[in-house]
This record gives sequence, structure tokens and C-alpha cells, in this order.
Amino acid sequence: MMNTDLLSSFKLMGMGMAAIFTVILIIYVAVWLMLKITANREEEKNAPGQ
Amino acid sequence: MDFLYNSITLITWQQVLMWAIGATLIYLAISKKLEPPLLLPMGFGAILVNLPLSGALDQNLPGIGEVSGIIDWLFDVGIEASEAMPILLFIGIGAMIDFGPLLSNPRLLLFGAAAQFGIFITVTVAVLLGFDLKDAASIGIIGAADGPTSILVSQVLKSKYIGPIAIAAYSYMALVPIIQPFAIRLVTTQKERRIRMKYNPKSVSRTTRILFPIAVTVIAGLVAPASIALVGFLMFGNLVRECGVLGSLSDTAQKDLVNLITLLLGITIAASMRADLFVSVQTLMIMGLGLVAFIFDTIAGVTFAKFLNLFLKTKMNPMVGAAGISAFPMSARVVQRMGLEADPHNHLLMHAVGANVAGQIASVIAGGVIIGLMAGLI
Repeated sequence: MMNTDLLSSFKLMGMGMAAIFTVILIIYVAVWLMLKITANREEEKNAPGQ
Repeated sequence: MDFLYNSITLITWQQVLMWAIGATLIYLAISKKLEPPLLLPMGFGAILVNLPLSGALDQNLPGIGEVSGIIDWLFDVGIEASEAMPILLFIGIGAMIDFGPLLSNPRLLLFGAAAQFGIFITVTVAVLLGFDLKDAASIGIIGAADGPTSILVSQVLKSKYIGPIAIAAYSYMALVPIIQPFAIRLVTTQKERRIRMKYNPKSVSRTTRILFPIAVTVIAGLVAPASIALVGFLMFGNLVRECGVLGSLSDTAQKDLVNLITLLLGITIAASMRADLFVSVQTLMIMGLGLVAFIFDTIAGVTFAKFLNLFLKTKMNPMVGAAGISAFPMSARVVQRMGLEADPHNHLLMHAVGANVAGQIASVIAGGVIIGLMAGLI
């Protein structure tokens, strides 16, 4: 029983850390894109003659 | 006249021990100011539920039958049936968080993920100590350094140790200024602690601030659906804060809602602090495992920052990785203080704050991920 639980705990560790990093990496990319897009818009707004 | 001393004859040494524990929690809350909003109600509740024949708990009275107790009712309705209390608390927490420092340097998000490692190491250690997987996962979540998440996960997984887990989570959060410096020194050199980091905040538009909680909710919901109740309510609170048109609701969420739920949450958790459930060797083991979780969270965050430094031209101070836990703002303050100790001109606060709020997002995601994964493992 304990051996099964121990194996499951390793599985939980591997899958858990992978899942957390996956979600965080996708959020990172989304934030990076949002910052890029909104920065471009602000540059366009502030461009001379606009 | 027997009824006058009936309950006195029923006192057990375990109950007396629980009174002492309750008194200690009240003392720590008042004199040491350790998480007073939680530890004081929990301490008082521990005394309340451990009085013989306590009317605050469900009782079966001879000749009358089943009589409901308010604390059992609060626990059944507010925690067991729906996990409403910890989840609603997240609206207020979300409304309190300024994600600005994180949005201006999104790389800090990675530290939030790395610093959740202590959770999983603790699960393995708990299994080695003889806990079954459900209880081990509930104990491991103490490493999320997030009280409401710990309560919620241990409740969803039906752990019988929800009381000790809540106490360990809140106590160690309060003890972050003692635990983290020790763990950081274990894995850093003085030279590394002296590394300076420039702070060049990028301006974060209002649109980004508004889109961020919506994007996080959708991403977390699609990739880790079990985390959506936690993440969604945290981000809902943040959207209320950032939208700019719900000022009074944001204030209510940050103050009244948080105060009201915190007031009831502490005393409700006391339902699981009955002597027959609480006084055991397992409680002591859980307190020890909580410490393991916090130490490994810190070590993992620092080690991950050192790993990233292998690839970066401009090195980061690895201590910032230690702030990737959810204990806000204690962890960020620890890093700032240690940076200044190493070099009086080394200001790391804003970087550490960014990592710290990343820890708040990652800890609720970790809670949801554990709930989701455990369903397939047990």
C-alpha cells in the first residue's frame, strides 16, 4: 500500500510541477503578448501628428 | 443538582491540553501578533469546542435527541458542503493584490511555479511517514503557503487533519521571517546575496491590467479545470479592483468581505480541533511536515533562480526566487531585508513583490492541480 502511495506521490510530483509550469508559461506568453500589443497601441497614439 | 457538575466530571486530559493550545494561539495572536485574524478565533474556538458537552457542537441529548451546534453548522455549510468560506475569501484577496510589479516583469511568474516544489516533496515525505495519499496531499499543500487553499484542498480531499493543517499553514506563514532567512542562507553565498538588480518598471496599461485576470482565468480553466474555482474567484476580485468602475465593491471586498469571512473561518475551523481528532502524534508530524514544505519551497525558488542565471547575461539575485511563495508580503520583505544586509544599497523589494504575487497565482493553481490529479490517483 505504502509502495503504491509512494509511486503515486512521485507521479503527483512530476505531473503536478509539469502542470503548474505549463499554466504559468502560457500565462507568461499571454502577458508578454498583451504588453506588446498595448505598448504598440500607445506608441501609435503618441506618434507625432496624430 | 447533579447537572451542575456533570460536565466537570467529563473533562479529559486531552481537552485540557486543547485549552492550553487554544490559550497559546490566543497568546501568539495578541502578544506576538502572529496572524491575529486567524489564530485568535481558532484559539478561542479550540477552547469552545473542547468544553465537555459543548453546545457549540452537535449533541445527542437524552430525552431530547439531536441538537444542532452552531460551529458544526458553520463547518457543514461554509466549508464541508461548498467550500464557500475559503473560496469567497479569494474575492477579497484578489481585490487586494496589485499585479503591477509582476506585469512589468512577467518573467517573475516562473518563480511562483518553482517555489511550489515544497508541496510535492512534502507529499512524498508524508507518505514515507505512513500517511495515506489523500492525507499526504492535504498536508503537502501547506507548502502553498496559503491558508484558504490549504483548507480548501484538505476539505475537498476529505482529510481528517484539516485542523492541524490549517494551524500549520497559518503559523508558518507568520513565521516566514524566521524560516526563510535560514533556508536562503543554506543555498546562497554572501556574493550571490549581494547581486544587485536594476528596477526599470515598464508602464502597464489599464487594458493589460483588466485583461490579465480574464486571461489567467481562461488559461487556468482550460489547462487545469480543477483550479478554476480558486483561480476564478481570485481573478474576479482582481477584476473588480482593476476595472475602475466598481470602487465601492472593491473596497467592500478588500475590507468587509475579508473581515467577515476571516472572523467566521477561524472559529469554524475549530470544529476540527476537537481533542479526540486533534491530540495525536500525527498532529505533531503535520507541524514538522509544514516546516519541511516551507523550507523546500524556499530552496526550490532560490535554486531555480540560480539555474536561470546560467543562461542570463544580467544575473538575478537568487533570493528573489525565494519570494515565489504565496505568503505576501512577508516573503518579499524578507528578501528586501536580506539584500540590504548583504549590501546596504541592494534594493530588491519590487522584484521580490513581483515574485511574491506570482506565488499567489501559482499557489491557487497548485491547489487546483492537486485536486485534479488526485482524482485520477486514488
